Amino acid sequence: MSEASDKLQNLIGRMPYAQFLGVRMELAGDEMTAILPYSAHLIGNPALPALHGGVLGAFLEMTAVAQLFILQGVARQPRPIGVTVEYLRSGRPMDTYARAQVKRIGSRVANVYVEAWQETRAAPITSLHGRFLVTPTQTPDPATATEGQDDAAAK
Amino acid sequence: MLTILKDLGSHALQASPQAKALGLVLVAVERGEATVRCPYRPELVGDVDTGVVAGGVVTTLLDHTCGQAVMASLETYRPIATLDLRIDYLRAAQPGLDVIAYAHCYKITRSVAFVRATAYDQDRDDPVATVQATFMLDSSRTPPPGQSRSAPEQAASETDTGETRI
Repeated sequence: MSEASDKLQNLIGRMPYAQFLGVRMELAGDEMTAILPYSAHLIGNPALPALHGGVLGAFLEMTAVAQLFILQGVARQPRPIGVTVEYLRSGRPMDTYARAQVKRIGSRVANVYVEAWQETRAAPITSLHGRFLVTPTQTPDPATATEGQDDAAAK
Repeated sequence: MLTILKDLGSHALQASPQAKALGLVLVAVERGEATVRCPYRPELVGDVDTGVVAGGVVTTLLDHTCGQAVMASLETYRPIATLDLRIDYLRAAQPGLDVIAYAHCYKITRSVAFVRATAYDQDRDDPVATVQATFMLDSSRTPPPGQSRSAPEQAASETDTGETRI
């Protein structure tokens, strides 16, 4: 088991809400895919039927948190500051997948972009831009952490 | 719709499997306004080290309450779909306390509803999170055969947003 894999198992184990939704995370090298298997309790509107928009937002936010947490130098579960969720297509009653891209990680704030899709990767159903507070370990990885950069705007 | 929502009370929320799974309770509904409570449960915690309810639970509560506020401003039932949500997480909810959301649909055009909402645990003036959301109206009126709805395409095709219904 790699360090990232251990951290991922630890994260999911400590997140009861991930189990409530039924979310799984899979690692292929350093690439992580989050999976939200279809379940009847995830439906928001049974007349369509469609997955609940809040559930999709929650799933993408969880994907961002997990992607950040498995990076070297991130000490504890990142906390969301704010997220923007766009609903592109209705979430049909089937399995949903998500992948996150860390756009920037500083000593305190990380910006992450996440997309969810169902049958077609090129036709995402929901996207999320999120801002997260990260807690670095004592020795942040110089490749991923830009120490002090996010203080610049405040000065 | 307001009279129907008032008569149904929390039964209206039971129709949504996810609202039912979270145990959401309709606290109050007025024209363009809704208040919904999410009871605290250990299964909804985001980090066992803190016992704080997951941000995603607050996201779903806010989305659902915003949808109820839109419904409460419509004359008759129309299917709606969330177009976007922008959430700020101001502080962690207190472990053990229910989270309550209050939403206000402050503008409705022919195709789009605009909503603001706050989530709090004890004091509405000390929110856990705030949200700004937009909803598409008549989101499933004429679904193309064999295709799911694409809300942005609808938004692009309907540019007249001048008509108000409130």
